[in-house]
Amino acid sequence: MSRNDSKYFSTTKKGEIPELKEELNSQHGMRISLLYFHVLQDKRKDAVKKVIAAMTVGKDVSSLFTDVVNCMQTENLELKKLVYLYLINYAKSQPDLAILAVNTFVKDSQDPNPLIRALAVRTMGCIRVDKITEYLCDPLQRCLKDDDPYVRKTAAICVAKLYDINAELVEDRGFLDSLKDLISDNNPMVVANAVAALAEIQESSSRPIFEITSNILAKLLTALNECTEWGQVFILDALSRYKAADAREAENIVERVTPRLQHANCAVVLSAVKMILQQMELIISTDVVRNLCKKMAPPLVTLLSAEPEIQYVALRNINLIVQRRPTILAHEIKVFFCKYNDPIYVKMEKLEIMIKLASDRNIDQASFTFFQIAALSFAYPFNIVEHFFVLLEFKEYATEVDVEFVRKAVRAIGRCAIKLERAAERCISVLLELIKIKVNYVVQEAIIVIKDIFRRYPNTYESIIATLCESLDTLDEPEAKASMIWIIGEYAERIDNADELLESFLESFPEEPAQVQLQLLTATVKLFLKKPTEGPQQMIQVVLNNATVETDNPDLRDRAYIYWRLLSTDPEAAKDVVLAEKPVITDDSNQLDPSLLDELLVNIATVSSVYHKPPDAFVTRTLSSAQKTEDDDYPEGSEIGYSESPANPANGFTSPPSASFTARASVAPASPPPTPPVPDLLGDLMGTDNGSIVPVDQPATPTGPPLPIVLLASTGQGLQISAQLTRQDGQIFYSMLFENNTQVPLDGFMIQFNKNTFGLAAAGTLQVPQVQPGTSVRTLLPMVMFQNMSQGPPSSVLQVAVKNSQQPVWYFNDKISFHVFFTEDGRMERPTFLETWRSLPDSNEVSRDFPGIVIGSVDATLDRLAAANVFFIAKRKNANQDVFYLSAKIPRGIPLLIELTTVVGSPGVKCAIKTPSSELSPFFFEAIETLLRS
Amino acid sequence: MAGAASALFLLDIKGRVLIWRDYRGDVSAVDAERFFTKLIEKQADPQSQDPVVHDNGVTYMFIQHSNVYLMIATRQNCNAASLLFFLHRIVDVFKHYFEELEEESLRDNFVVVYELLDEIMDFGYPQYTEAQILSEFIKTDAYRMEVTQRPPMAVTNAVSWRSEGINYKKNEVFLDVVENVNILVNSNGQIIRSDVVGALKMRTYLSGMPECKLGLNDRVLLEAQGRATKGKAIDLEDIKFHQCVRLARFENDRTISFIPPDGSFDLMTYRLSTQVKPLIWVEANVEKHSKSRIEIMVKARSQFKERSTATNVEIELPVPVDATNPNVRTSMGAASYAPEKDALVWKIRSFPGGKEYMLRAEFRLPSITDEEATPERKAPIRVKFEIPYFTVSGIQVRYLKIIEKSGYQALPWVRYITMAGEYELRLI
Repeated sequence: MSRNDSKYFSTTKKGEIPELKEELNSQHGMRISLLYFHVLQDKRKDAVKKVIAAMTVGKDVSSLFTDVVNCMQTENLELKKLVYLYLINYAKSQPDLAILAVNTFVKDSQDPNPLIRALAVRTMGCIRVDKITEYLCDPLQRCLKDDDPYVRKTAAICVAKLYDINAELVEDRGFLDSLKDLISDNNPMVVANAVAALAEIQESSSRPIFEITSNILAKLLTALNECTEWGQVFILDALSRYKAADAREAENIVERVTPRLQHANCAVVLSAVKMILQQMELIISTDVVRNLCKKMAPPLVTLLSAEPEIQYVALRNINLIVQRRPTILAHEIKVFFCKYNDPIYVKMEKLEIMIKLASDRNIDQASFTFFQIAALSFAYPFNIVEHFFVLLEFKEYATEVDVEFVRKAVRAIGRCAIKLERAAERCISVLLELIKIKVNYVVQEAIIVIKDIFRRYPNTYESIIATLCESLDTLDEPEAKASMIWIIGEYAERIDNADELLESFLESFPEEPAQVQLQLLTATVKLFLKKPTEGPQQMIQVVLNNATVETDNPDLRDRAYIYWRLLSTDPEAAKDVVLAEKPVITDDSNQLDPSLLDELLVNIATVSSVYHKPPDAFVTRTLSSAQKTEDDDYPEGSEIGYSESPANPANGFTSPPSASFTARASVAPASPPPTPPVPDLLGDLMGTDNGSIVPVDQPATPTGPPLPIVLLASTGQGLQISAQLTRQDGQIFYSMLFENNTQVPLDGFMIQFNKNTFGLAAAGTLQVPQVQPGTSVRTLLPMVMFQNMSQGPPSSVLQVAVKNSQQPVWYFNDKISFHVFFTEDGRMERPTFLETWRSLPDSNEVSRDFPGIVIGSVDATLDRLAAANVFFIAKRKNANQDVFYLSAKIPRGIPLLIELTTVVGSPGVKCAIKTPSSELSPFFFEAIETLLRS
Repeated sequence: MAGAASALFLLDIKGRVLIWRDYRGDVSAVDAERFFTKLIEKQADPQSQDPVVHDNGVTYMFIQHSNVYLMIATRQNCNAASLLFFLHRIVDVFKHYFEELEEESLRDNFVVVYELLDEIMDFGYPQYTEAQILSEFIKTDAYRMEVTQRPPMAVTNAVSWRSEGINYKKNEVFLDVVENVNILVNSNGQIIRSDVVGALKMRTYLSGMPECKLGLNDRVLLEAQGRATKGKAIDLEDIKFHQCVRLARFENDRTISFIPPDGSFDLMTYRLSTQVKPLIWVEANVEKHSKSRIEIMVKARSQFKERSTATNVEIELPVPVDATNPNVRTSMGAASYAPEKDALVWKIRSFPGGKEYMLRAEFRLPSITDEEATPERKAPIRVKFEIPYFTVSGIQVRYLKIIEKSGYQALPWVRYITMAGEYELRLI
């Protein structure tokens, strides 16, 4: 059956393109006999195949564009498909030539053969060239009303394609209404595709376009029974947004959806589960809910017999489902036991769910009395044995070879001990058995979890400390070490040689990681307070000295100073503080925030549910600018290097997060990045050297786009401030919003800016009237530059102090958005541009790549840039790339010459600038990135 | 939560792009390739093996089949379950076309691959994956191309899996009931998990548009019909049907009614977790004599009725990686040392019910061992077997009615077989 196309990949190296050109053009326009015609057609087909083969291996064959397009008018469907494929790939780089193909497209869209009509409209939609889209409208209009459902289903999707390229056009031409009409189409596949298209369009629009009424609901539920499996997924996913009016309607919907649980396609099953769970929230009758839970369990379990990749998605979702409805799988823990050949990613997720499902009933046989077992075996005659072996399973896994898996198994035992009081003792004994095997990473992990068990059940299991201490010298991981040291300190009075043990760590104190140093410090203090003898006294001297004088870690230093002062002023008080009774920790295995969980449950089966992160983290398409607010791309960090993080949610996402253990974190606190010391701004302020204390008198302007928050209400004791630098009418303003969430009116607002790189300072007065509780006030503060310049390296940080009569002074950091400095007179004539470019040395040229940015529409981008005072000068083509030259100016007449290189429509923009002040370029790049993204 | 794929990649074993189809023009093949080759390189890191990975704004989902990776890239929050399942479906389609899906067959048929990629997905939305019907209008043979010039009705029909006008001289249906027994026994010899996954595999050679109705000894159905359960009725815990089965009807009155596709397909799969006595029980006793010799004694017992016979029994016994000089004796069948699996494989061609066979093996071990050696992977004993004319569940096909408007008589043939699925017994 297979035919060997691979020969097309091997062509003569020399002069390949001209050779192909010749073959493609063979005998065009010649008069030929019919017999010869077929031979020719085959020859041409072979030539196009060679072109496609070359394209497949990544060679650039765009120069053959005209020749290939010439082969488009053919009766041969296979040849036509190949030419179309070529067009999809290269039309973007040859937009002017692509127009050549339009006629054939339009003609094909009226071909008697529906296959060709559909092919034409499908392909046209894939060619993202503006000029082509205009010609697409008429054929699309016809095809949406075609007699053949195959053409209509293709046209339905095509509307979504067009919307992605030019939303206005779709709305103007009334395609949305035609699409909505298709929901009532008599063909199920057309309905399904129309739903998919509408759902996508709705997603990228802020207006309600696709509202599911009860009428539409009824139609879609009917179509559900007849359309293909993929169509069922589209419909179920779209319907999961539907909010039923009451419990009755919800029950009706569920009744119609439940049969989908029997579908062989896992995606249909998961989407059905999603929809049922959604409607269940409205159903009041506990009987109905219980019944539904019972119905959903077997299909969920069956998902674990699917392919491993599907199992993985299923497991991540089951993890969410059992958090909301723990009863669904309460009796099914055994199906999550790991198989020998399960891929590691499946094993890890199974383990996570086993921890969630572990209960007194299934954890361990030994924690039951004989009578309990007898009673249970009466209730579950067959499965009794299987219910008690979760702990044994964990132990089994802990002796496997996969390090990560083994660690997680050990952690699982610890978490069960914390969660299930009755099982704690057995868990501890299993952990001790594991420690005895003396596999290093098992021992370390075990010690970490035992520390948490001690914190959960204080004064219960200390008898095992001696065993733990035997492994002391094998510990080399910071967390394990820190845990062990914590144990020694906490129970110093019961460990005879606690001082010796701690002393052995002290020698290496300066080399230890911060986590260990902090624990050593605390443990030594505890030891000293419990056994104030000579040895510990010397030790404490050494430690405090090390931790104050010889360290550059501020956390360690601060903690050491606090201890030191405590110990030197009042040792009794120190005892009260350091040895105070600690709160008992709790289990955290249901760790997701309820509101996030809600959001994720609506998104079951999607990427977001796999990652347990909100869905918008995964949508990085360039959306139509209409609904994108300014603060979307406002960087929150105050350092330049942070600016990419909001636009780039990917970092740190490459693996789903495993459960973080809050309990552990509080023992060894992660050190927050040191905050820069805040200068005493008000001191400067009162010095009144530039007299910009700002009394309040003028009324505030209440409207404008949302501003980024710079001072959170939680920090500002109820006062929340949002602010951003803006440019209006050639003037820089600080646009601010004050929200009063306190109980009292706030007045007497004043503001001061610290010295900064650009010397920004208030040019006028801050005009904020009294802000009543629960209200907010917006204001524009005019700004000037070069007022109070700071020395030192350039920075975009703007430190601000705000004061009012009722509250203390609030300090916050804002970030200077560089593009507010671009002046209105930044336009340059071409000769001036060239001259300036030449006059500057090459060393002043700096460039940066923005791999994620797509310039979809050149005009829109240039307009946007012009609005921000970045002016377009010229454009040229370089291979398939477009190069744009632009100019801008910042105050004091400093010019910025800009060169943008990109392939329109595909991601990746290279930006180069040349300017006399090249030290400002990082700020500039940030600004241009913000402008290009918005 | 609309969401669709941006592009579909077929990559070689090193992660280099063989063929790709760009559906939305918002991901770059170069980036995808760079990302994926890196991912494959660091496969030792367990976290990197997740089949769904998010990197720099793009989510990648992939599966592997022989020496080919199939990968979807997207910039939206799309339905991961659907797209991953879709990739598996594509594998089926390619296998239908090229018999084997591998790097070679993709290269050899790149034109058809492009055609298929155009048809099965549009703008990143899965469209149509019925290989049988696809091959009616996308053909590998260039000369037959001229004949089909319109999409088969089936593509957009409610019955999207069967074309009209099929004709056979002899109308026949073959129905195989295949049950896989999965079992997990822990090192204490206790059964901690046991379930049966069954499938009704059908091969139909029927003319026209036949209406079929299948009757099973399903307890729920029989009780609903108020019939005295003559013989054994069974409880099916979960049933999954091929898309041809009318699910709403089944939900209503438990009737399994359908118009079948032509050729072979899985009509339904089912699962039940009632505990069964392990059909073949294996006990192994491993003794380490001194440090240089290991002795394994194995007892295998068949625990089913004497009138049935297990065939092709294969018992895989793990042995230490550094074992040498095997010396094996068996009371039945033959055992061979398979160092590539670190196992001793004991094959017994025919194993009647109620019998017990023995194996005794001895290996030499190197006398010097590394103190720091990492623990060995503890493989379980694994067993494979087939028992024809027998099902664990006791499922029975009571009838298969076939009605076509032309009124022909069709012959249904039913076979039963039980096989070992994931049959694992952990060693102490």
